[in-house]
Parts: sequence; structure tokens; C-alpha cells
Amino acid sequence: MATVTLENLKKSFGKTEIIHGVDIDIADGEFIVIVGPSGCGKSTLLRMVAGLETVSAGEVLIGGRPVNGVEPMDRDIAMVFQNYALYPHMSVFDNMAYGLKIGRVPKAEIRTRVEAAAEILQLGPYLQRKPRELSGGQRQRVAMGRAIVRKPAVFLFDEPLSNLDAKLRVQMRLEIKALQRKLGVTSLYVTHDQVEAMTLADRMIVMNEGTADQIGAPLEVYGNPATTFVAGFIGSPPMNFLDAAALENAPAGVSLGVRPESVRLVGTSEGRLEGTVAYAEPLGAETLIHLRTADGQALTIRQDGVLPVPAEGDRLGAVWDPSQEFRFGPDGRRLRQDR
Amino acid sequence: MEKRVTFKGLWLPILLVLPQIVITAVFFFYPAGKAVWQSLFIPDPFGLSMQYVGLGNFEFLLSDPYYRASFVTTAVFSTLVTAVSMGVALYLAVLADRLIKGSGTYRTLLIWPYAVAPAVAGVLWLFMFNTRVGVVTWYLGQLGYDWNHVLNPREAMGLVVVASAWGRISYNFLFFLAGLQAIPRSVIEAAAIDGARFWTRFRTIVFPLLSPTTFFLLVVNIVYAFFETFGVIHTITSGGPQQATTILVYKVYSDGFIGQDLGSSAAQSVILLVLVSILTVIQFRYLERRVHY
Ligand SMILES: Nc1ncnc2c1ncn2[C@@H]1O[C@H](COP(=O)(O)OP(=O)(O)OP(=O)(O)O)[C@@H](O)[C@H]1O
Ligand SMILES: [Mg+2]
Repeated sequence: MATVTLENLKKSFGKTEIIHGVDIDIADGEFIVIVGPSGCGKSTLLRMVAGLETVSAGEVLIGGRPVNGVEPMDRDIAMVFQNYALYPHMSVFDNMAYGLKIGRVPKAEIRTRVEAAAEILQLGPYLQRKPRELSGGQRQRVAMGRAIVRKPAVFLFDEPLSNLDAKLRVQMRLEIKALQRKLGVTSLYVTHDQVEAMTLADRMIVMNEGTADQIGAPLEVYGNPATTFVAGFIGSPPMNFLDAAALENAPAGVSLGVRPESVRLVGTSEGRLEGTVAYAEPLGAETLIHLRTADGQALTIRQDGVLPVPAEGDRLGAVWDPSQEFRFGPDGRRLRQDR
Repeated sequence: MEKRVTFKGLWLPILLVLPQIVITAVFFFYPAGKAVWQSLFIPDPFGLSMQYVGLGNFEFLLSDPYYRASFVTTAVFSTLVTAVSMGVALYLAVLADRLIKGSGTYRTLLIWPYAVAPAVAGVLWLFMFNTRVGVVTWYLGQLGYDWNHVLNPREAMGLVVVASAWGRISYNFLFFLAGLQAIPRSVIEAAAIDGARFWTRFRTIVFPLLSPTTFFLLVVNIVYAFFETFGVIHTITSGGPQQATTILVYKVYSDGFIGQDLGSSAAQSVILLVLVSILTVIQFRYLERRVHY
């Protein structure tokens, strides 16, 4: 178990800079989720921590030790890959035992450790099978098992659940969280799924085109987003962005953000804004209503499923608590005077 | 879904496969059949009549020390050719696999030897190692080594092995490289994180995952060394010195065409025919279940 520190970490492929300087101090045992859209550099960041990519500038420290020049095998880490990367010609047992055998762990201890991991992951009956004889979820567990038997200081996960179906994904998500809590191993977890990020993370790094737009606890990021990118990426359906100048006395380019669940529908005269219902999506527990204003702005409202569903073309007003609104400058950064 | 073309009549399909059938019949079935037939006879000293001897030719061959020696020579020769050509090819493929930039150029250069006909390759190597004017011979002489494959059986064997293996390296290289590139990068990375250094990874992950390719190449190269190296041997050593490089195929030729013992030569052909059939069967049985892990 160890702390992990990234100091102004940068990565370039040729002349193109992909990661523009990430800083974070990760506490021992913390679960950090790196989240962001495809191509933003999540995997690259993780692979630099693993030692699978060279660092272009900055420093990675594991347990206080600079590891930039240290080979992956000497970093005391374990990694779970998106495609699991199991050794296809080895049994489940040998897959999990591989790292221990190389580490010259005594045979008897290898057996106990692998069997203990198999027990936790419910892989007991499959130890003699080859990876191709397993289901996707079982392969995923083997990959997890391979990581935990070695008792590393840091776990690295690169989208480990993205090849599973939705239901299994939810189940494995819970299992990973429970396992990490139980073992208390510092973890870095990459995903593009914001729900996974919200549920797993102690803190999350929201990546936007190679920069860490915001680092913080899930609810803090959700409740207090630093940029329009973060506000739009975390939360579903995403935050509404309105032209602030149309609503109040504000300089041009400033946008006003409000989350769909903060907005209430009222009569036209009472609203801060009024528009016509473009369409409504009743989802059972909740209803999503898409409103369009006269000047062409769109606003999504999320209301309780028990409330009446407005008809298409209805003219309605929308209000929200001013404490629930966020203002962002033309550069997308949060304007801090409002809170 | 498999798409099948169906023909209405019978004549068109027959017409389409006819050239292949005719070629196979004229150049394979007819000579093979004739060889089997001839292997049962011995011609009289003047070649005017044939005398039926049953399996006599085979009995004689199997008790003939020269024929047995040729078997050993063939075993040594094909083992060396296969080991050298596959070993070098694998080494080059591993290097090329790590290299991404410029691998196209390397590949092209490495493929060239494959386009050289065996006899031409033989002449090429013969020039370099010519006992009087060869470049390599001269350099070896400078180093104090007196190269003479015309007199020294070991040197003769070494030279035909190198010349035969050289032409095969390209072919093996291509297959090995394709095999290496089919191994997912993340599997290698996982092994690296698990603590395996380059050599351990090669031994425990890469080589086992390459085994289908390796096995395939093993069979193909043995067949090559047995049957397709005639040109090389003929140009470089003509089977000498003292039959040191007379492999089975070369012996068929030298006994039949030089020694004029057609019965024995035919019997040897039949034995080779059986050998190649066995190798082919092994290869096909194996290829059917190629994915073994
Ligand atoms: N070896 C490489 N050479 C050049 N560019 C690369 C290389 N690897 C990644 N990149 C580029 O770096 C950027 C970030 O890639 P990365 O794989 O880290 O994205 P990601 O956030 O993991 O995306 P995804 O969610 O799709 O996996 C991409 O634009 C990609 O094209
Ligand atoms: Mg990725």
C-alpha cells in the first residue's frame, strides 16, 4: 500500500502533446477515478503510472519514490486491462499464479494465495479452465484475481467493465468497490462512464483533452463544477447552459448553467424564462421535458414521474432557485463571484 | 453465410477444373505411377529388357550402407537447415516486431532472398566461397583459416546448409512476424507488470503463443529441406565430397541419371513419396485444429 503522486505530468507523442500537466496527491488506500470522453488521455495517464509509457515531463512517485525510470515490474503495481489480457495458453490457476511464480514465491504459498483469491471472486470451480472456456464476467474476475494475488501497492484499472453487459457491469462495479475497501489498496480507475465514476470514486479526476479540469469528490464535482466541460460531462441528462445576457444584466459570452432537476415548471407569467414544450419523455420514475424558448435556447427539465406530463406545444414558464445556478465565463471557467 | 455458386450443367465445371487435373495427371500421377511400376524391376545391363524383382529393389536399398548413410545425411542436413532458417528468422522477426518505424523497408529487404531460385542462390554462395577466387574464402584465409569445401565434408555440409537456409529465412520471417503481431500487446504488457523480463516473457508467453506458427513452419521447412534443395546441392557440391552432401533426393538423381540404375532410383522415389505423404498428413491433421490453446 502506498501513496501516489503525479507532479506536472506531461506526455507527448512526437510533437503532439497529449497530456498537458496533471498534478495530484493520492492518499494511501484512496480510490481515484479518471473519467473523461474517449481520446482525452485517460489511458495514457494510467499507463504512465504503470510504466508502460515513458513520461515526457514531470514526475510519478509511488510511495514517495520517483519511478520515472523504473520498469513496470519494479513498481509494485498490478493492472487490469480492458480486454483482460489473460494468458490464453494458461489455466485460470496459472494465470493468477504467473506473477507469484516469477517472484519465486514458494509453491505452497502460491496455492493458498490463488485459492484465497479464487474464493473471494467465486472462481473456485474454474481454476483448471482455460480463459476461452469462461464467460466475459468470469474472465474479468480472473483479471481481478491476477491483480489481487500479488498484493501490490497500487491497483490500476483501465476500463475493466466496458466489455460487460449493463447488468453485469453494475454488479461488478459493486464487487470492485467492496474488494478495494476490504483490501485497502490505493487504486486508479479509468472509465468514460460517469455513473461508474460517481459510484466508485473517493475522488475523481475529470479529464478534458489532456488536462485535469477538476479533481474532487464526486458530489463536490457534481455540486460545484469548475468548468462548463465538467458541468456538462458529469450528470445525466447534462446541465442546461443558457445565454446569461438574455436573462439578466451580464456581459456577452457568459453562460448560466442550471441542472435539469433544479428547474420547476410554472405558469408563463411566473417563470424566469418561458417557452414551448418541444417534447416530453415519461420514463416512469421521472419525466424529462424539453422546452424551447422564443430565441431558440433549449432547456431540459427533470420532474417527478407522478406530476402531470405537459403536452407538446404547451407554453410554460420555468423557475429555479438562484443558489442552484452557475455562471461560466467565455473561456468555460466558472465565475467565482456567484458563490 | 457461405456463398455458393451453383452450376446448372456438368460440362462447365468439368471444363474449368480440367487444366489442373491434366497438369496433375501428366506431371504427378503418371510419373509417380511409373516410378512405382519401375521400382519393381531391374533393367538388364544394356537397358534392353526389364526383369521383375518384386520388392527386391527395396530390400537391396535398405541393406545398402550408402543409402543408409544418405538417410543420416538427410536427417543432419534437414535438421540444420530447419534450425538455422527458423532460428535466424525468429530472431529477425522479434527485432522487427519491436520496431514500428521502417519495418516496411526491413520486410522488403528480408523478403528478397525468397525470390531467388535455389540454383541461383547456390551459385551465389558458391562464388563467395569459391576455393580459389571466393571473397569469403579470401577473408578466411587472411584470418588463417583454410576453407576448402571441395575436400572437407564438414565444410561442404556447412555451405549447402547456409545456402539452403538463406533462401528460407524470408519465408519463415514473414510467418513469424505475422504470428508475433497477432499476440495482443496488452498480454505482453500484463506479463511485464507481473514481473517478467524480456527473456522470461519470450519463454513463457511469446514462444508458447507462437507454437502454431512454429509447428507449421517446422513441417514446411522439413519438406523444403528434403525436396527443394536439389538445386543448391547440385550447383555447390553435386553431392560430394565422398557423398557427404548426398541427400535422398540427390541420390535419386545421381543413381538414376548418372548411375543409370533406374530400378533403384524408382524405389528411392517411392520411399520419398511415402515420406512426403506422412509429412503432409501430419500437417493437415494438425492444421485442422490449429488453435490448440
Ligand atoms: N502510441 C501513440 N502514438 C500517438 N498518439 C497516441 C498514442 N497513444 C495514444 N495516442 C493519442 O493520445 C490521445 C489519448 O489517448 P488515450 O488512449 O489515452 O485516450 P483515452 O482517454 O484512454 O480514450 P478511450 O476512452 O477511447 O480509451 C488520443 O488522441 C490518441 O490518439
Ligand atoms: Mg483508453
